Amino acid sequence: MPPQPPARDVAPTVQRLRLRYAKRGRLRFSSHRDFQRALERALRRARVPMAYSAGFSPHPKISYANSAATGVASEAEYVELGVSQECDPEAVCRALDEALPPGLDVLEMVVARTPDFAQRLEASLWRVELPGVREEQASAAVAALMAASEVMVERMTKNGLRTFDARGAVIHATCAAGSSGDEPCAILTMVVRNGTPSVRPDDVLSALHSVAELVPPIPPRVTRLAQGPLDAAGAVVLDPLEPDRAAGS
Amino acid sequence: MTSPGASVFDRLERLLPFVSKPIQYIGGEVNSVTKGWDDVEVRWALMYPDAYEVGAPNQGVQILYEVINERPDALAERTYAVWPDLEALMRANGVPQFTVDAHRPVGDFDLLGLSFSTELGYTNMLTALDLAGIPVLASERDSSHPVVVAGGHAAFNPEPIADFIDAAVLGDGEEAVLLITDIVKSWKAAARPGGRAGLLLELAKTGVVYVPSLYDVEYLPDGRIKRVAPTSPDVPWRVRKHTLMDLDQWAYPKAPLVPLAETVHERMSVEIFRGCTRGCRFCQAGMITRPVRERSITGIAQIVENGLEKTGYEEVGLLSLSSADHSEIADVARNLADRYEDSQVSLSLPSTRVDAFNVDLANELSRNGRRSGLTFAPEGGSERMRKVINKQVTEEDLIRTVTTAYAGGWRQVKLYFMCGLPTETDEDVMQIATLAREVIRAGREVTGRKDIRCTVSIGGFVPKPHTPFQWAAQLDHEATDARLRKLKDAIRNDREFGKSIGMRYHDGKPGIVEGVLSRGDRRVGPVILQAWRDGARFDGWSEHFSFDRWMNAAAVALEGQPVDVDWYTTRERQRSEVLPWEHLDSGLDIEWLWEDWQDALAEIPVDDCRWTPCFDCGVCDQLDTEIQIGPTGVVTLPMPELPPIPVLASRES
Ligand code: B12
Ligand code: SF4
Repeated sequence: MPPQPPARDVAPTVQRLRLRYAKRGRLRFSSHRDFQRALERALRRARVPMAYSAGFSPHPKISYANSAATGVASEAEYVELGVSQECDPEAVCRALDEALPPGLDVLEMVVARTPDFAQRLEASLWRVELPGVREEQASAAVAALMAASEVMVERMTKNGLRTFDARGAVIHATCAAGSSGDEPCAILTMVVRNGTPSVRPDDVLSALHSVAELVPPIPPRVTRLAQGPLDAAGAVVLDPLEPDRAAGS
Repeated sequence: MTSPGASVFDRLERLLPFVSKPIQYIGGEVNSVTKGWDDVEVRWALMYPDAYEVGAPNQGVQILYEVINERPDALAERTYAVWPDLEALMRANGVPQFTVDAHRPVGDFDLLGLSFSTELGYTNMLTALDLAGIPVLASERDSSHPVVVAGGHAAFNPEPIADFIDAAVLGDGEEAVLLITDIVKSWKAAARPGGRAGLLLELAKTGVVYVPSLYDVEYLPDGRIKRVAPTSPDVPWRVRKHTLMDLDQWAYPKAPLVPLAETVHERMSVEIFRGCTRGCRFCQAGMITRPVRERSITGIAQIVENGLEKTGYEEVGLLSLSSADHSEIADVARNLADRYEDSQVSLSLPSTRVDAFNVDLANELSRNGRRSGLTFAPEGGSERMRKVINKQVTEEDLIRTVTTAYAGGWRQVKLYFMCGLPTETDEDVMQIATLAREVIRAGREVTGRKDIRCTVSIGGFVPKPHTPFQWAAQLDHEATDARLRKLKDAIRNDREFGKSIGMRYHDGKPGIVEGVLSRGDRRVGPVILQAWRDGARFDGWSEHFSFDRWMNAAAVALEGQPVDVDWYTTRERQRSEVLPWEHLDSGLDIEWLWEDWQDALAEIPVDDCRWTPCFDCGVCDQLDTEIQIGPTGVVTLPMPELPPIPVLASRES
């Protein structure tokens, strides 16, 4: 008998793997669903022995955390995989990165050895490039935002128009000067708490509009640089995979 | 000044946050290919003129893309129709029609190849040309513009788009694109002798393509065509279709594209054969793709195996015209089902043949899956109608087939029919209700359950070129709608069975526009242009289609002409009339088609030439082709020895 792939309803999880991936360049326009489909196909191409849920249409065991919105780039998206045979995380990392299209890049992978991963993703570090906006303009707007105690913004969600405070979640924010071609380009860096309602960078931009009339003439480019627990001082975003690494060594 | 082939992505990127589903414009599909602009001599842009979600999975374009990109001296990139939201932004910001591979301006390519499986993509072609900065009228193009080539089934009558295209390819494209590439390459290497006209003449002379501008059409005072003649002695009177033989030698797609965006066809497609000789008289696909050429069982298995490995798809569709007709289909189904039994891979065979064998096949392929619905296509409601269209299915056949299906655990049966067929009366269509009722009755009896369902899906018949019905009158849309309404009432008022029967249909109006575009001649070109100027886009999408816009455009563009919409659609043609596509040779002998049309009217069926002697349809003789079918004698596939899983943890750790 040739080797058989695992039977469909007897593929229990023997190991969980946590990975960080990036969404870069033009692939930032992929939605969460697009990524899900691409990942499932890449897992099959890379022949990762996935664990499956039982039932008529079994699903591979994959959990997603907090994915960045369509149009937003990221260096720090996290996914957990359940596999049915023990794997070498580095080999899976390489094979999966190879199987995904360039721009969806798997950066690191560890064996999950600690609980409560999702709760560890407390805050995100964002970088927002504002082509066509001068640094002084942006700094003034940021100062106005940070000086306010609450800035209500609106966003269209699946459940209709929601109104919520965008200021409270912003832990800190700074501006720097940059350039994009021959245009000025302010660069906003900020740490924002993940939570509900989730405050996204575009909500912070709405808040900047509302406190200081900041209107970027060109769509800003947003990148999530990091995601994880806050340090003791509550200002720096730490590596959420570190506890798993520590538990393994 | 940007250099030719430079990416426009920077400019496009700024527009994407404002459009719906931006992912469809970014490319980046697994297995897509991007080559250096200056590394090759001939550059093709290939377009499926519909939204990305419909166009990206198209096999024809994927195959040609691979065939061209395999050549070191050529490249191919893909482009699709952009939705009106992006179109408006592109116009406002001066962003040209782009390819999704390297986001290069379509106007920079040597060739723009369009794939038309339906005529309803014509207006999308005009949008793309215009956005690309290519004059929509071929006569206004110069050497700086790409040569616009149409292909696909609709290109068998390219006369309505003759004003807009430079050339058309009839039939299979694999060898044709290679020949065109060679000709363009030598023309460029020889410093473009004769300019654009020189190239077109060269392409036409070889008979590889049809160049409409090298043919003159003369009309009679009553509007009919008097004659179509080449304007140059070097150009053939008739242009032939291309027929690819020995499909095992052409195992494409070898690396199917896997889109990131969600599409209408989320699976890997494998053509198990080309052509169909069942001889259904309404079916253009069956007529123009003759003869039948099968892929061998091992050839199919290799494509499936390789495709799954390269794509990671979970579903494989064995697509062909009447797929269950493959001479070794039972073995193909059993072997593939065995091979993938324990994996998550599912197999589908979109066959609608009305017989128990077809149900057995579906059972085999759904061994460990859910049995939801099966589809059968009797096409005609009454026995008489089915004789006219040559769909040789009796009511007993149908009842026996659905009984097997319901008994096999299938709960839902879908039946395809057409409305508006030649000689059809209200009574023929009302028989659809009777059939559906009998189907439910049989299903309830065999299962003892009440929850079984039957859906009848009804399409309006549009007569197509190169079929025996090419002479037929199309039913006007009022009559179509009235017939369908009557049928709907009959089903709704059926106390006993009505609740178990669903009915799906479209109104008759889009069919009239399709009718004009299908059997039109060059005078339809101005109608298309007018409709497009008036805003026609995405005509295959009911939310974008406007019948009134088309009728107004026809009234304006055909003013003063002896022809109108009715002339093109509801008028029956005589044998003596010169048809607009008669100089385009699908291999079918026109006398044979006419006799088959007469047989249809006399309700005489014709058999399938795979299993009975040749009926002299003309194809094999004319084109020097032959039927290529099994059995090959190979019935069991060797099971592949899978290499060890590469990502496992090593034992000692
Ligand atoms: C899969 C399929 C679909 C899928 C996927 C469509 C897609 N994007 O590909 C879905 C379900 C979405 C679909 C929808 C429709 N389909 Co469909 N579909 C098929 C099917 C089963 C297979 C198509 C296929 O992959 N063929 C194989 C490829 C390789 O062939 P090809 O595309 O013709 O390409 C070759 C040549 O034509 C040529 N060529 C093609 N383009 C070009 C371009 C150039 C420049 C050149 C040189 C050559 C060239 O070269 C290629 C290689 O040889 C066929 C039946 C069949 N077996 O062909 C029906 C078929 C094509 N569909 C048909 C129809 C009517 C439709 C719909 C209009 C149905 C509807 N009423 O909604 C829609 C139209 C969708 C749209 N807007 O384009 C008809 C076309 C009728 C006809 N006139 O021949 C067919 C033939 C079915 C039939 N028996 O009638 N379809
Ligand atoms: S079986 Fe009939 S309808 Fe189907 S492809 Fe063949 S000829 Fe056309």
